[in-house]
Amino acid sequence: MYKYDNYDQAIVDARVAEFRDQVNRRMAGEITEDQFKPLRLMNGLYLQLHAYMLRVAIPYGTLDSRQMRMLAHIARKYDRDYGHFTTRQNIQYNWIKLEECADLLEELASVEMHAIQTSGNCIRNISSDQYAGAAADEVTDPRPWAELLRQWSTFHPEFSYLPRKFKIAVIASPEDRAAMRLHDIGLELVRKDGELGARVFVGGGMGRTPMIAPEINPFVKADDLLSYIEACLRVYNRYGRRDNIYKARIKILVHEIGADEYRRQVAEEFAHVKTLGIDPPLAELERISAFFAAPAFDAADVEPDRSDPDFAVWLDQNVKPHKQAGYAIVNISLKPIGGIPGDASSAQIDVMADLAEKYSFDELRVTHAQNIVLPHVAKRDLYAVWQALRDADLANANLDLISDIIACPGLDYCSLANARSIPIAQKIATRFADAERQRDVGELKLKISGCINACGHHHAGHIGILGVDKKGVENYQLTLGGSGAEDVSIGKITGPGFDEDGIVDAVEKAVEKYRELREGDERFVDTYRRVGMDPFKEAIYG
Amino acid sequence: MVEFRYRDDEVTEQPSVTLDAFLDQSNASAVRLEPDDDARKLIPFLDRLTLIEVAFPKFRDGRGYSSARILREAGYTGELRAQGDVLVDQIAFMRRCGFDSFAPEGSLNPEAVERALSTYDQYYQKAADAAVPVWKLRHG
Ligand code: HEM
Ligand code: SF4
Repeated sequence: MYKYDNYDQAIVDARVAEFRDQVNRRMAGEITEDQFKPLRLMNGLYLQLHAYMLRVAIPYGTLDSRQMRMLAHIARKYDRDYGHFTTRQNIQYNWIKLEECADLLEELASVEMHAIQTSGNCIRNISSDQYAGAAADEVTDPRPWAELLRQWSTFHPEFSYLPRKFKIAVIASPEDRAAMRLHDIGLELVRKDGELGARVFVGGGMGRTPMIAPEINPFVKADDLLSYIEACLRVYNRYGRRDNIYKARIKILVHEIGADEYRRQVAEEFAHVKTLGIDPPLAELERISAFFAAPAFDAADVEPDRSDPDFAVWLDQNVKPHKQAGYAIVNISLKPIGGIPGDASSAQIDVMADLAEKYSFDELRVTHAQNIVLPHVAKRDLYAVWQALRDADLANANLDLISDIIACPGLDYCSLANARSIPIAQKIATRFADAERQRDVGELKLKISGCINACGHHHAGHIGILGVDKKGVENYQLTLGGSGAEDVSIGKITGPGFDEDGIVDAVEKAVEKYRELREGDERFVDTYRRVGMDPFKEAIYG
Repeated sequence: MVEFRYRDDEVTEQPSVTLDAFLDQSNASAVRLEPDDDARKLIPFLDRLTLIEVAFPKFRDGRGYSSARILREAGYTGELRAQGDVLVDQIAFMRRCGFDSFAPEGSLNPEAVERALSTYDQYYQKAADAAVPVWKLRHG
């Protein structure tokens, strides 16, 4: 894992001092809320329905047990004893007091964490593959590249007042576990003639106009990467729309001028930027990479004893193959039936930290599906890990099943919401509580957003649900056929929306239709793609 | 009014003209860029200019940061002024993009500006100022 040196620490410490000063000026009335807003937003502090919400960055979703324990401590001391893991591999606290915020950030800084650029129209936390360093199919660990980008983007003087927020994801596997092409910039690391470089996709995103990022460059060399990304951003900063907040994301620019014209402009800008010497030497990428060296794997390759049936079910559902024989990747689902997707109590966060320290070389990951990963668990320890998780109500064996729902905070917390998301997630999960039935349905990614901003990724759900406001009443639209994986696609609306109970019934009808129509080992989304919308429409509305 | 200036030469007295006016009758030595003006149009004339004023009608509109860098990257050494809705907490970024004078619409507290400018002394990225980026400090 990356460790701060004195430079990194000095920058984060300076940020805490600066923010303390800004809060003091606000509380003394020296600056107005309007002037304070962009400043607090750049520190991840939102004003929500009930209180301030603070979003803490977990760069590329990786953290160690000390940092995880700090998240638990913050939940206990500054919030109501829980935290909410988000689709951007961050954690949010919903009940923060402005006057305590600087102290909170100071505590975070003591474990090399911060809330820098977790909101605002700047380059946000860089996201990555939660299986980085453990996946068998990766060409390299993407996190050193993500860290390089984190440093480059932190307090970037030119790109802190972009037309709109800017999200970057880096992956290094053909299998996309990070919704890479739904980001403003998606990078897929690839090897060409033995050399590592990045495939660059620009202009993806969700929100009210979902778009899949087109490829802008098939191969950018490591030592050109920052110049190239700087060129991508400069074209956007200069020409992205600023007249309409809903058209301000880079996806609209790329769409309006076309990928070819955007590519041309970037190439021209890159030719200039490359002369400025902004790329660090490869030695910097090597320095960072050394922190991500593989841990000392030494466990024998033993198959776990499957005699406990509950353990066996969890093993089959939540544990994934590791690149190292003798090891496995453990997914901890934060989606208990009837619970709030992504929420974890401070006690649970502590349990996960302890398990990481004891069994996973001190590492944890946060996934964009709002779950937690222990990336390197020896197979011989799986049963012990499972037992500890079970005792903490964390052994939900539903990874990628219909109850592993992504849901945004919705009307329960969010001031922009049209409708509630969490209760819908709870009702659907409860409807499908029967574990056998869920497993029979198989992989089904269900995602819920409480408004068109799409924080819950509904466009990318095999089944997506969008809360809308219909003459003052909460109403839900249903979409089918989306995907945030390597088979990326945007879901299509089935037809008229539903009320709260109606949407749960509609989901069930769609799922039953799938069970009737599926062939072989087709997933829900495969069947949908083969047969199209009509049979599902009939089942839902007929 | 210029409230903060970080250069020693004389202040240009000539009023600045718009980019279009300048391109028409380019004997002026001071020009004013609006956010949607293309700063690159000035590149052929940089040695003749002593003041380029970059307008920030709204602090959220960050196009002027790119204009400033483009001008500095092209070798402009005259005064580069940020004028308009400029907040204390933006001045450090603006300095890094090459601005060396500031004419904020509302008056700014000089102490707060001083504090904002001295908050950070390490920077991750190379920009238009003289700061040595952290990666260079690490690797020499
Ligand atoms: C409760 C407070 C929140 C507010 C006010 C909020 C606000 C917004 C807004 C306004 C957008 C649309 C931006 C645009 O399209 O330009 C957005 C998008 C998004 N938000 Fe949130 N959000 C909140 C919470 C969350 C949470 C909890 C998550 C993670 C679970 C999240 C993840 C995202 C994602 C992934 C997008 C889509 C990005 C894209 O369009 O590509 N947000 N949010
Ligand atoms: S999708 Fe809408 S309701 Fe949900 S968190 Fe985002 S802004 Fe709020």
